[in-house]
Amino acid sequence: MERQSRLFSVFVHASALLLAAVILAPVVWLFVMSISPAADLSAKPLNWWPSDIDLSRYRTLLSAVENSAGAAFVASLVNSLQVAGMATLAAIVVAVPAAWAVSRTPAVSWSLYAVIATYMLPPVALAVPLYMGLAYFGLLNSVFGLALVYLTILAPFTTWLLKSGFDAIPREIESAAMIDGARLDQILRLLTLPLAAPVMATSALFAFLLAWDEFFYALLFTSDLRAKTLTVAIADLAGGRVSDYGLIATAGVLAALPPVLIGLVMQRALISGLTSGGVKG
Amino acid sequence: MPANWISTRAWLLMLPLLVVMVSVIGWPLVDTVRLSFTDAKLVGTEGSFVGIANYEKMLTGSNFQRALVTTTWFAVVSVAAEMVLGVLAALLLNQQFRGRAALRALMILPWALPTVVNATLWRLIYNPEYGALNAALTQLGLIDSYRSWLGEPGSALTALIVADCWKNFPLVALIALAALQAVPRDITAAALVDGAGPFNRFRFVVMPYLAGPLLVALVLRTIEAFKVFDIIWVMTRGGPANSTRTLSILVYQEAFSFQRAGSGASLALIVTLLVTILAAAYAALLRRAAGAS
Repeated sequence: MERQSRLFSVFVHASALLLAAVILAPVVWLFVMSISPAADLSAKPLNWWPSDIDLSRYRTLLSAVENSAGAAFVASLVNSLQVAGMATLAAIVVAVPAAWAVSRTPAVSWSLYAVIATYMLPPVALAVPLYMGLAYFGLLNSVFGLALVYLTILAPFTTWLLKSGFDAIPREIESAAMIDGARLDQILRLLTLPLAAPVMATSALFAFLLAWDEFFYALLFTSDLRAKTLTVAIADLAGGRVSDYGLIATAGVLAALPPVLIGLVMQRALISGLTSGGVKG
Repeated sequence: MPANWISTRAWLLMLPLLVVMVSVIGWPLVDTVRLSFTDAKLVGTEGSFVGIANYEKMLTGSNFQRALVTTTWFAVVSVAAEMVLGVLAALLLNQQFRGRAALRALMILPWALPTVVNATLWRLIYNPEYGALNAALTQLGLIDSYRSWLGEPGSALTALIVADCWKNFPLVALIALAALQAVPRDITAAALVDGAGPFNRFRFVVMPYLAGPLLVALVLRTIEAFKVFDIIWVMTRGGPANSTRTLSILVYQEAFSFQRAGSGASLALIVTLLVTILAAAYAALLRRAAGAS
């Protein structure tokens, strides 16, 4: 190990502090805004630390009193959970057999590249026909319709992740079981799928986060509480005439909580998932 | 087992995925192509064939040209800044210091924050009356009076780029860090013994390991940046004075705000073509890089 000079070590520590400040400051400020009394946020000079901790906005947003701001927020939260949940489930269901087939049958692997290529399509290239199609089937402003549309993003993505997951499971295990007389469905059910469980879980989490984050299609295809997702609800708040910025910040904190928690808990898996594609080149 | 049965079985297993892909991606794409040659409205009129009139109108219009410049500027500046900041952060995180694991975990935060929440957060920070940026700069004595960062055409795009960089450079940093950790210790040690300075060590020892993963990150980030919609829509809606109107925002306005499905579709396909060219150019670059290493 190379010995570090004192000066270099000071420089490293100072840079680390700077980096931590750059990353943390905006996030901490979002949280501080959410617990500051409204007067603190419009004070000049600005109060950087709340004079008094005010949690009323969390109560407001999470209350289910009818026709309140809370009811609208809770409804969008439930919609987001439903849409992301359904889309993730559907994506995994179609992606698992396809990813396994591509992984074990090199002859058809070109089809995977066609699937991945669609990932580069800008959503605007599909938006108009999708809008007309959803309207035709009466699926505009519906969580089912939106979940279906989200498959355009989630299905290619999960197939790609799962394929590299299956690639990591040696085919020899499957051939050995086949020689021992196991049927294909037995091999998949008892051998391959249990071995692939971790990568399936990671893929599902990634897919869920993608759907939770999605905004463009949700903005286009939903219009009221029946299907509006959290991202659209927050954009409405941010762009509307809400005078209490703390309320907007609170909605942001609540929407960020699930992905941030997943991110922190699943750090290791996420980092290896994020980087495996990159490192392999 | 006979080879053709194996390949038939593979196609059968892929059938559900293919059905989904054809119905939610293939068919809409083909229909966008059809619509782009018509004067269809979003609701009501089916429209009739108008040839390449939409393409002519869009390509020669000043809106498209300005949006193309805005999009290119946004993509080039934000991606370049993300790459530089990401590599610097990764080099830092590759050093030994206390709290390194915690800092590395923190890098997940901006990435995990939903794009819309990030946009909302920065919109609040840039607020002309009560924003934290104005307050901080005034209290530090750097500006005399509060400014409308997102309200002035001169600063809005830069403000957006800063917000986008903050969210995305940690991802580049994590990818670069993983690559740095793959550099064998003995090679760095040998270079040190041979008297290579920090720059030469970075250029000749570290860079070969970093180049591949960074190139992939560069490709993905550029394509994403070229398609940018969410952060701009939430922060400025393309304003002020259309100074932040990117191609995706322009397509949205044409197809959905003005409900001109036909010309919106042609514009969307032009954007798609540009992204495809970009992706193909990058793919060629990647193949060359892979061949060289």
